[in-house]
Amino acid sequence: MKPNDKQIGSSLNRVDGRLKVTGAAKYSAEYELPNLTYGVLVGSTIAKGRITSLDTKAAQNAPGVLAVISHLNSPKVPGFQPTGKEPSQPQTGGEPLKVFFDDKIRFNDQPIALVVADTLQRARHAARLVQAQYARETHQTNMVAGAKDAFLPSSAKKNPKSPMADYQRGQPDAYQTAALKIEQEYVIPTEHHHPMEMQSITAHWEAPDRLTLYDKTQGTIGTRRDFAKEWNLPEDHVKVIATYVGGAFGNALHSWPHESAAIIGAKVTGRPVKLMLTREQMFTMVGYRPYTWQKIGMSATADGRITAITHESIGQTSSYQEFTESTLQQTRMMYQSPNLTTRYRLAALDVSTPIWMRGPGEATGSFALESAMDEMAHLLKLDPMEFRLRNYTEQDPEKNRPWSTKFLRECYAKGAELVGWNKRQLQPGTLREGDWLLGYGMGVGTFGANRGAAHVSARLQPDGTVLLQCATTDIGPGTGTAMTQIAADTLGLPPERIRFELGQSGFPQAGSQGGSSTVNTVGQAVQDACLALKDRLRELAAPGTPAFATAKKEDVALTDGHLTLPGNAARVPFATLLQQPDAALVNVESKANGADKDKFSMYSFSVHFAEVAVHALTGEVRVRKLVSCADAGTIINLKTAANQMKGGAVGGIGMALMEHAVIDDRYGRYVTKDFADYHVPVQADAPAVEVFFVNQPDYHVNQLGTKGIGEIATIGVAPAIANAVFNATGKRVRELPITPDKLV
Amino acid sequence: MNDFSYTQAASAKEATGIIKEKPQAAYIAGGTTLLDMMKANLLEPPQLVDLNQLPFKGIEQTSDGLRIGAIERMSTVGEHPLVVQQFPAVSQALLLAASPQLRNMASIGGNILQRTRCGYFRDAAFPCNKRVPGSGCPAIAGDHHNLAILGVSDSCIATAYPGDLSVALAAFDAVLTLENQKGKQRRVPITEFYLLPGKTPQRENVLESGELIVAVTIPGAAHARRSTYLKVRERSSYAYALASAAVGLDVQNGTIRTARVALGGVGAQPWRSREAEKVLTGAPATEATFLAAAAAALQGAQPLEHNRFKVELAQNTLVRALQQVA
Repeated sequence: MKPNDKQIGSSLNRVDGRLKVTGAAKYSAEYELPNLTYGVLVGSTIAKGRITSLDTKAAQNAPGVLAVISHLNSPKVPGFQPTGKEPSQPQTGGEPLKVFFDDKIRFNDQPIALVVADTLQRARHAARLVQAQYARETHQTNMVAGAKDAFLPSSAKKNPKSPMADYQRGQPDAYQTAALKIEQEYVIPTEHHHPMEMQSITAHWEAPDRLTLYDKTQGTIGTRRDFAKEWNLPEDHVKVIATYVGGAFGNALHSWPHESAAIIGAKVTGRPVKLMLTREQMFTMVGYRPYTWQKIGMSATADGRITAITHESIGQTSSYQEFTESTLQQTRMMYQSPNLTTRYRLAALDVSTPIWMRGPGEATGSFALESAMDEMAHLLKLDPMEFRLRNYTEQDPEKNRPWSTKFLRECYAKGAELVGWNKRQLQPGTLREGDWLLGYGMGVGTFGANRGAAHVSARLQPDGTVLLQCATTDIGPGTGTAMTQIAADTLGLPPERIRFELGQSGFPQAGSQGGSSTVNTVGQAVQDACLALKDRLRELAAPGTPAFATAKKEDVALTDGHLTLPGNAARVPFATLLQQPDAALVNVESKANGADKDKFSMYSFSVHFAEVAVHALTGEVRVRKLVSCADAGTIINLKTAANQMKGGAVGGIGMALMEHAVIDDRYGRYVTKDFADYHVPVQADAPAVEVFFVNQPDYHVNQLGTKGIGEIATIGVAPAIANAVFNATGKRVRELPITPDKLV
Repeated sequence: MNDFSYTQAASAKEATGIIKEKPQAAYIAGGTTLLDMMKANLLEPPQLVDLNQLPFKGIEQTSDGLRIGAIERMSTVGEHPLVVQQFPAVSQALLLAASPQLRNMASIGGNILQRTRCGYFRDAAFPCNKRVPGSGCPAIAGDHHNLAILGVSDSCIATAYPGDLSVALAAFDAVLTLENQKGKQRRVPITEFYLLPGKTPQRENVLESGELIVAVTIPGAAHARRSTYLKVRERSSYAYALASAAVGLDVQNGTIRTARVALGGVGAQPWRSREAEKVLTGAPATEATFLAAAAAALQGAQPLEHNRFKVELAQNTLVRALQQVA
């Protein structure tokens, strides 16, 4: 490449692509340590009650077994002592499950014992021999029943300004008295993340007070904090390594009982313990997208101006911990409506605690909102895009302040063109190809363009490369690649001279990878670190070459092993600058978004267009075309960004058409517990997804102009497909997924 | 998963001899059903007897029809020119099943013996009459959206055979050759091979202890050459059928001379519908005939709350399949 070719906005191949496809990239379950042992968890078979007896004798005596740990013999975990946040104190929001702490069962398949053995096979065999007896208590896993006792989250009770609190502008529930209105209920079932890599951890006590974890996590710093607290250790005594993460979609944003269990197992045996959940355990021992009931009332004038929206939601949570998400956020800001009411509630059930799943609450909320928009447009006999345009918000109606940037209108136009929106007929059931009914639908998504604080270090190495380090993780989007591009442009170096290391808690701190914030946050820190490095190099050069003393850091360049100034006005070999160890090392903190955050509302926006075919006889739905358009600010890497949009769109297909976990409420236990029962899209379900980026910078978010794409890739896809199904068939499915039984 | 020993049987005699001594031992061919169940602790055989060295191989034309060795792989059979030409429905049933990886492993005999996907059967924490006779059937009042509506009983509503191949085999009068522990062979039509659940859902077929499936023979016929297998499922590939239909028609001058119909995904066993065939035979190949045949096929359906849709879905699937071959 020529040195002045811009890397930002290019399609640089993944810097770790070769390592991943050749198997050289090491995931958390692939670390082999001396004396390694294997842990297998035993789950409860009831949903609520107490363990009255636990027979571990056979397991204990099985070949190769080193320990069988349960509430009967678990060592005292300092962080498991009473905190006053127990579920019996409902105002506190509860707390995570304390594994092996007591005899109480709070959900089905709750870990009740850990078997540690010298091989995985022996551990697995022995786990099967553990026998538990229970005193059952009446459980409740049914949302319809649970919703009767739905409650305001404690965060909203404490803080009326919390996004979880009731929201009101204009008159409450004003739609009820309007002439033109709709009122409908929408349901999203429990869905599971099921990343390809199952949750796994290798826990190693390197000394009685020093813990190393090779762990599947989206945040090395958060995981370090959790387990330092759990074991009452100084944070720097806990090391978390998550160099590669094989997908997560949110389910590694919290610490889970299996991680605590592996650490306990390593403590008891004095040997490192490797523990990987089975696919079945991925349904119960880590989080999931909560079952959510929603109701929308909407009214409009005959010429298509929305006059009122009421959006209510009840989400599932566990009996011991409140989980909340921003299900109603999009409704408060997406469309112009003088009267607007939102009410968010939780229903506590005897299940494990949910967690954010890609697009999180916004994806759930947008299914209801964007379906309702389609229903209203149909009532008004308006094109659904035209209806959205008539209610387009030029500034944030929730906060009454301008958008930092908003190019959603451009997304509508481009998406309509790419999908062939002009073929859409106002009358459902009009288009047909043989026995296949064709339809078109759209759905809009939005997610906050958040930027937090992050630290990044940068060091000029003797070989002329620059090493950057940060504790952030890469769960798949290609973080290392994007950071390499940002550093390359800032330093004026080709990407192969940059090395960006991540995924270790010992590196400079950064938050978890989640909420579409990594490029916004860490990207800015990388840019800052690179500029700081240039400045440091300038300072180092100044004593010997005075021209550098007065030079601006932006003008300093790294060229062919030298620090240079424009026009070759000055030139110092790197070797001269690197005479003192660590001289060319900077460690920079970039702060979270500041003043602009209060002046502007910052969001990424997306719109998805679907063309579907529904078989008239059998109700099979095929997504024939999916177009995803995003206003996500500057796109750092066109290829990995498009890849992320496509992955999110396919996730949306799963949400719309197949993902559905079934609990038998009589037993409080999942009936679907493998990939034969719990369907995710296969290649044949995924059409070629067309992606369009507006690619306009938003400098209010950061100096790169990025806004984030991970969540908006999924938000709005499910309603686009549901709306297309309606357009094809005239059948409105308000409870996902849209399986043939609902259309036949 | 339990500890087990492993033996590669060199002959049928050796294989059946092991089961005679150790009735709890299990045969393994592709292992795609057995290993799943062992990992879920549903089966705990002390010994596995590998059948892959047995001479139950070959796909060849015989005077009785096309004979397929039981140890042949699904992919090999599905792609074999004789199968594709003479029994398109059989080929399609094989190739629409599972995934390429599974089809490369799974044997024909093993496929015929695959077990139900009923979620209650597959989890030992639930009661299940098929797994633990007398413990009850939670599916009847529970999640049964993809369970059977034909041939069910108060004891079990599972689609005991959830797959595809046997549906096509049932339609085209396939005959199984079995060999018992004494080395004696017998021939059983596949339509008589499976047992309805009745009060004994744990008994799924007529195999005696240790008896092996040696081969499948499918008689050639005009209706078999003009046949198709249509599979409706919750995603485009790699899913069990909600409803499927194997149909073959011999149509001349617009009149159906002979017809074969079997349904999958809806019966407690692969569901041959002689009622539908009766309606079709001698009738004009028209939509009205197909609708009448579909109605006849589902006449005895006993749907429950969550699988009621299957009555109409199966009829529509059958009509669509008949339209394709007419």
